Amino acid sequence: MSSTTEAITGGRLMVELLEEAGVEIVFGYPGGAILPFYDELYHSKKIKHILVRHEQGAVHMAEGYARSTGKLGVCIATSGPGATNLITGLTDAKLDSIPILAITGQVATDAIGTDAFQEADIFGITIPITKYNALIKKADDLARHFEEAIKIAMGGRPGPVLLDFPKDVQLEKTSVRKASSLKIAPHHYERPKVKGDPQEFAEALNQAKRPLLYVGGGAINSFASAEIKALAEKANAPVTTTLMGLGAFPGTHPLSVGMLGMHGTAYANKAVLECDYILNLGARFDDRVAKYQDFAPNAVRAHVDIDAAEFNKRINVDYILHGDLKDAIREILPFVKGGERTSWIENIQTLKKNHPLDFDNSGDSIKPQDFLHRVYTKTKGEAIVSTDVGQHQMWAAQYYLFDRPNTWLTSGGLGTMGYGLPAAIGAKFGNPDKTVICVTGDGSFQMCIQELATIAQSKLGVKILLFNNNFLGMVRQWQELFYEERFSESQWTYNPNFVKLAEAYGIPAMKIEHKSEIEKGVDFFLKDSGSALIEVMIPAEEKVFPMIPAGKSQQDLIEFKDLGKLKK
Amino acid sequence: MKHTLSILVNNHPGVMSHVSGLFTRRGYNIDSIAVGVTDNVDVSSMTIVLNGDDFIVGQVKNQLLKLPDVLKVQDMAYASSVQRELVLVSFSITENNRSEALTICNGFDVKILEMTEDSLLIEFSGNSRQVTNVISVIKPFGIREISRTGQIAIAYRNQNSV
Repeated sequence: MSSTTEAITGGRLMVELLEEAGVEIVFGYPGGAILPFYDELYHSKKIKHILVRHEQGAVHMAEGYARSTGKLGVCIATSGPGATNLITGLTDAKLDSIPILAITGQVATDAIGTDAFQEADIFGITIPITKYNALIKKADDLARHFEEAIKIAMGGRPGPVLLDFPKDVQLEKTSVRKASSLKIAPHHYERPKVKGDPQEFAEALNQAKRPLLYVGGGAINSFASAEIKALAEKANAPVTTTLMGLGAFPGTHPLSVGMLGMHGTAYANKAVLECDYILNLGARFDDRVAKYQDFAPNAVRAHVDIDAAEFNKRINVDYILHGDLKDAIREILPFVKGGERTSWIENIQTLKKNHPLDFDNSGDSIKPQDFLHRVYTKTKGEAIVSTDVGQHQMWAAQYYLFDRPNTWLTSGGLGTMGYGLPAAIGAKFGNPDKTVICVTGDGSFQMCIQELATIAQSKLGVKILLFNNNFLGMVRQWQELFYEERFSESQWTYNPNFVKLAEAYGIPAMKIEHKSEIEKGVDFFLKDSGSALIEVMIPAEEKVFPMIPAGKSQQDLIEFKDLGKLKK
Repeated sequence: MKHTLSILVNNHPGVMSHVSGLFTRRGYNIDSIAVGVTDNVDVSSMTIVLNGDDFIVGQVKNQLLKLPDVLKVQDMAYASSVQRELVLVSFSITENNRSEALTICNGFDVKILEMTEDSLLIEFSGNSRQVTNVISVIKPFGIREISRTGQIAIAYRNQNSV
C-alpha cells in the first residue's frame, strides 16, 4: 500500500481506490487503451476480474451482481468499440436505477478529438444514459472523480456512472489519492431528510376504506421490505407490486395481490379500479402500469419517492412524501391506525377466486406456466431468477412467486433482450451458494449467447431455462391479436441445436417436448449445483394473459377467458 | 408563458451538453440560452428562457436539479428581477433616411458603434421585448447582420423594486 505522499500511476491508483471502496469483483474486457489499468489489476489480490465475451455481457453481469447483492456493480471496457458496446447496459441501468460504475479506456489526451484509432467520444455519447460521467484529464483529478462517481451511483436514486480514463492518465503519476473537496452539490450524495407531513400522509391512509399499496423498484433499492410489510399488516392493506418491485413484498403473503400493469394479475388490476386510496411506494407510474392521468380513478393518490422529479410527472397525486422510502415509512408508521377493513379484504379474496391466473393445460404440449410453477415448487421459491425479455419474462413474473427482495432480476424499464444470461452470471458470482436460474426464450438467448463461455470458463453453476417456440413470442402475440395474424419477421426459420451448442461449452443440456417429460426435465435441470440448460419446446400460439393492450387502462383488461370474444 | 431560469453550474467542459441535452431529450424547447462565468471561476451562470406552463417549468426544474453539475436553479419572476439582452445590428441607410435613422437611435437609447456612408452598426440592450421592438423599427431600413446574446437575468435584492 502506498503512503499518502508516494506518487503512483493513475492506473495503480484506480485499482487501489476500487479496493478501498470494497469492490471485490469486476467484469470486463481488455484492449489497447485500457492496458495500463489492466496491468495494475493483474497485481491486485482483492479484486477478481471476470473476462466476458462481449462488453454488453460485462455491463449486464455488473447489473445482475448489483441487483442481487445491493452492492455497486463494476464493468470495464477499452476505448471506442469496447466502450460503445456498454451503451445498452448503461441505458438499462439508468432506466432501472441500478448502481453501476463503468470504467472505459480512452485514447491519450493529446490524441483526443483527432479521430484516433479506437477513439469514440464516450463522454458525449453517454451523457443522456448515465447519472453522471466524467473524462479524467489529469491523474491528480482521479481521486475526486472516483469519489464523486461512487457517491452519485449509490446515492439518492441509484444509477450508472462512467469514468473515461485516457491511456496517458493511467500512466501519469500522482500523489493525490483523496478528494480535497467535491465539485458536486451535497444534495447529490447526502441522504435527504424526509420532506412532507408524515402525520397528514398517514391520516389519508387511516381514512381509506379500500386502500391499496403499490410497490415499485425503489423498495428494493432502499431495502424497505420489512417496513412495507409492517405498514401493510398494520393498515391491513393489500399490496400490489410492479415488475420491478417483485420480491419487495412476499408474493405468498395473504395481503399480496401480485403484480399489476399490462400483464399483471386481474385481481391486482381490478383492485386498482376499486380502491379508494392508492399509496405509491417507490414506483414511477410507468406507462405499462398507469394510463396517463387515468389511473386508479376513484382513489386518493399518495406517493413516496426519493426522486422529486417523479412527483406529478405522469399522474397527479394528492399527498407527497419526498425521501428515502425506508425512512419515510418509518416516519408514517407511528401515525397509522390499525384497520379491520373486513369487507375490502373479503372483496379482494373474491376477486382472487373469480379471476385467477389461468391457462389451458389440457393436451400433450408443455405449458410454460406449468413448467415455471413446477420449478418454483422444486426450488421452494428460494432461487434467484433472472429473465430476458418477452413472454417468458411475464410468465416468470406471474408464476414464480418472489418472497424476498433482490431475487428477481429483469430488465423492467428498457426491456433489454440479451439481459438474462449475463445478469444470471453476475448474480451467481455475487451469490455462489444460491440457485440462480436464467429464464430465457429462443430469441433473447441468442443476443448474448456467447456468455456461455464465461459460465464454462468459471465452472459457474448457472441454470438456463430456455423456452423455445421458434418465434419471437411476444411480437407474435401482438401480431396475432392486433395485426390480424400477419407474422411479419417474428418466426425463426432457423434456430441452432441449443443442446449441442450448450454441450460444446461443456454445459449439460437436455431438450423436452412432451408433458410426460416434465418431471424428468425439472429433475435433470436442478439435480446438482452445476450449470445446466434445459430447452423446453412450447406451443407458438401460447399467450400471456391477463393483458391490458398498450395505451389502454385497467378497465380494458383482457383475461384468458375473454380470448374467445377477442378473436372474432 | 415565458419563464426565465437562472442556473448556477460547475464550470467545466460538458456541462453545457448535459444541460442542453436534457432539454432536447425531454422535448422542451429553449428560447434562448446565455452562459458566462461568475466571480468564482469554478462556477458559471446560465440563463435559459423557455416557453411552457407551470407544469413544464416545474418538470424542467426538477430534472435540472438532478444533474450533478447543477448547483442551483432559480425561476426568475419578471417583476422581481432585472432581465437584459444585448443586440448588435448592422443595417443599411441612404442619404435620404440617415437623419431618420439617427433620430430613432436617439429615441431608443441606442449606441452607435460605426457609421459609414451606407450603413449603421448599433448596440442596444434592454429586456427581450424592447430588443425585439428596436429590431422591428430598424427592419424597414434593411438589416445586414444581427447578433443577439440571449437574455440574462438577476433577482433584485429588495423584492419591492421593479
